[in-house]
Amino acid sequence: MADNILEVRNLKKYFKTKRGILQAVDDVSFTLERGKTLGLVGESGCGKSTTGRSILRLIEPTAGEIVFDGKHIQNLSRSQMRHVRKDMQLIFQDPYSSLDPRKTVSQLIAEPIVANKLMKTKAEVDVRVAELMSTVGLAPRLFNTYPHELDGGRRQRIGIARALAMKPQFIVCDEPVSALDVSIQAQILNLLKELQEQFHLSYIFITHDLSVVNHFSDDIAVMYLGKIVEKAPSEELFANPLHPYTKALLSAIPIPELGEKRERIIIKGEITSPINMPDECRFFKRCNYACDKCKSIPPLEEVSPGHFVACACLDSI
Amino acid sequence: MSQTENTKDLVLDLKNLQVRFETEDGICYAVNGLDLEIERGKALGLVGETGAGKTTTALSLLRLVPDPPGVVECEKMVINGHDMLNISIKELEKIRGKDISMIFQDPMTALNPVFTVGDQIAESIMLHEDVSMADAQRKAIDMLELVGIPGERAGEYPHEFSGGMKQRVVIAIALACHPQLLIADEPTTALDVTIQAQVLDLMRNLRQQYQTSLIMITHDLGIVAEVCDDVAVMYGGNIVEQGTLEDVFNHTMHPYTEGLFNSLPNINDRKAKLTPIRGLMLDPMDMPPGCPFAPRCPYYDEKCDLPQEKKYVTETHAIRCCAYERPGFHIERKER
Amino acid sequence: MEENTNRISLDEYKKYKKRSLAADVWHNYKKSPSAMVGLILIVIIIVLAIAAQLIYDYEVDIVQQDLSQRFIAPNTEHLFGTDQYGRDVLTRVLYGAKYSLAVGIVSVAISCAIGATLGLIAGYYGGVIENVIMRFCDIFMGIPSVLLGIAIMSAFGQSLIVLMLAVGLVYMSAFARTARSAVLPVRDQEYIEAAKVAGVSDLKIIFSHVLPNSLSPIIVQVTMGVANGILTASFLSFLGLGVPVPAPEWGAMLSSGRQYIRDYSYLTNFPGLAIMITVLAFNLMGDGLRDALDPKLKQ
Repeated sequence: MADNILEVRNLKKYFKTKRGILQAVDDVSFTLERGKTLGLVGESGCGKSTTGRSILRLIEPTAGEIVFDGKHIQNLSRSQMRHVRKDMQLIFQDPYSSLDPRKTVSQLIAEPIVANKLMKTKAEVDVRVAELMSTVGLAPRLFNTYPHELDGGRRQRIGIARALAMKPQFIVCDEPVSALDVSIQAQILNLLKELQEQFHLSYIFITHDLSVVNHFSDDIAVMYLGKIVEKAPSEELFANPLHPYTKALLSAIPIPELGEKRERIIIKGEITSPINMPDECRFFKRCNYACDKCKSIPPLEEVSPGHFVACACLDSI
Repeated sequence: MSQTENTKDLVLDLKNLQVRFETEDGICYAVNGLDLEIERGKALGLVGETGAGKTTTALSLLRLVPDPPGVVECEKMVINGHDMLNISIKELEKIRGKDISMIFQDPMTALNPVFTVGDQIAESIMLHEDVSMADAQRKAIDMLELVGIPGERAGEYPHEFSGGMKQRVVIAIALACHPQLLIADEPTTALDVTIQAQVLDLMRNLRQQYQTSLIMITHDLGIVAEVCDDVAVMYGGNIVEQGTLEDVFNHTMHPYTEGLFNSLPNINDRKAKLTPIRGLMLDPMDMPPGCPFAPRCPYYDEKCDLPQEKKYVTETHAIRCCAYERPGFHIERKER
Repeated sequence: MEENTNRISLDEYKKYKKRSLAADVWHNYKKSPSAMVGLILIVIIIVLAIAAQLIYDYEVDIVQQDLSQRFIAPNTEHLFGTDQYGRDVLTRVLYGAKYSLAVGIVSVAISCAIGATLGLIAGYYGGVIENVIMRFCDIFMGIPSVLLGIAIMSAFGQSLIVLMLAVGLVYMSAFARTARSAVLPVRDQEYIEAAKVAGVSDLKIIFSHVLPNSLSPIIVQVTMGVANGILTASFLSFLGLGVPVPAPEWGAMLSSGRQYIRDYSYLTNFPGLAIMITVLAFNLMGDGLRDALDPKLKQ
């Protein structure tokens, strides 16, 4: 059996709203092997961020099992969870709003160390902060600067240093580069890769950017309206997408190359309301291949080794 | 030379645009001597990263740069035959929307939440055309259908529309008076990929239909490849490389353009390592004396500290880079 | 991660000195001329108030009547003139500064300590706690402030301490509201979530992230509150409910000078002017502080 750092089984997160029940995450299961990266891809409102936060129990899941490093963590108390969270960290999307503007760089990086009492003296903490700063490539002179004096790339490095401070095994990266410019984005992606090798980290990489996720992940799960519709190793998914939504999504990426134009599959309409969804395929209303078989929720089935698809009409596509 | 210039049908002729913001902490040099020409019916992609001066350039074309702290200086700015530099506010208001129009990045804030979308389109029609309210309303409905929204939704308020639909409404407003030049400032950045595909598709079709000239401001080279005819790559408030899609994408010359391409993940080869541009984004308060890219450039030498001249390599392809004066100089574009 | 591997010289990091928050705020504060005027005025008022305590004797200079010197219009000997009992108005105004300042500052300290804490708790936790606290404040606000002040003054008797307490309680709800509304946007910021991920406890989050980031409206409310406190105290004294006579509280001076306003208007003008300048100074300082406290404005 593979060495899985994380197993998520039948994870659900429902929100009660005034108009009904919002199924943000609906019966999501996956595993993550130690040292690997799983990409969670989808458009806004598909539940990818909610999934990431539910795993860390920053949002309390409605149902489901989360097995982290062999331990069931879905029923741990707050203080027990605080202990586990040293091993599972989060890198935020927005390096602007995720750093307290009133704290200096060193205070920000020291915060997790101090809060978890990892070091005893101020001097020890300072040494560790300096060490983390050099690990993520922040110049010594930034020790006492404030985040607003820095650009997005360096701010994101602070966020990464904070996540690394507790020497975690697993990090959820929630769109870590989508707020950054292209040239800086590549720096951060390379840094995350290097850190993964150096510290043997496992990542869940949440993003809407398909070319980035392809570059970064070993496996990719495509989400649509709270469900995983397709999951496969990255190469397989890009070479041989099966679900109509994945196909449309892949064909919609603007590619910075000239030459023969790909056939663009434009899917009609917009994402449907996630509130009080009927028991039919989530993609039913927008799918070009919708048929009667789609009027029940299709299970995620393995069609070839490692390649899972949730579509009832695969044969007719 | 002057002969050919005269025969070109230019919808925009901009010479030596300089914009700076004078703040108490210092002067921010946003645009530094930018020249731009757009032929009627063409689409130009204005590419660059944060702080390159793309949006400031667009705002100065509409004369919308806030003053103070903004100071705009320009040798020549002619839009669709109107000299924008010597013009009264009243005439300017007529030109905005009619000759030149703009789509903003965020459709959520570009619409007024207390008016129906139909009224908002009709309003911009009535500003520029001598039509009755009823006619304007009818035209507004036509415009909505044109951008793919059912006409009966004209009576709805912006909050009843999704993000992609709102951006369609914004496009309808911008196109309501058939402007000659449309500036789209990151029109799809706030949208999802599949919705972006729909909106780009719509913009491409409308442009063909109306022969509107377009400046597409974006940071995404993929979008440029899909929508535009020509590309201008901006860095540090000036265009560093300009040419047709073919020139810039397949015969890349400027080191910054090279860096941009090399930092993009390659969708066909996921194992390829990214090559980021080293160093930090340019601080427009602290401009280097010569080429703005010099501090980050792998090919830097002393000559880069002198101001860079614009040079044409071919008839269509221009760069600002002195490195090509060195014998045998070439850049290293990775194969994709 | 052992000591010998990749040893980083901390000195290299430490040599870049941190500018403290206070130094930073001061750096921004002094850029605003009007804020500096406010600050200078407050310093002058405080210096004068202290000097008056040292120079004048309460019994001899402030209270003692000399009917032969009644109603002398302002001249070189009595710059502000004399009142109906022949006391020098300038002396009394200067001496009275201590009452106004004390009432203003102490009452705000009381209302801020109670109100802002309640507001912080309400804003951060939300839900039932928020509802209970805020409805309590609503009820408190429903009582007219003067009525509340009068009720407290008459229940506990007239004295400086009770006056401070009364004014403090009157403005408590306003502080709770300000603090709560300042906390709400901060509570939803990502850095609060980031602190939770980092394992920081709730109490620590409130005091080390929420409070500093919602501080500027509260500080502005404090300076404005001092101004309001001075006005309310003057008002209560004017009604005869404040500091007992013959203490030269500015409001009380206004009140006693009121009947002579037609003939000897300087009796009311000078205490009124003193109130106005003090209140203005605190308001100017409040505005300046608000701008200086916003870290984003520095860019």
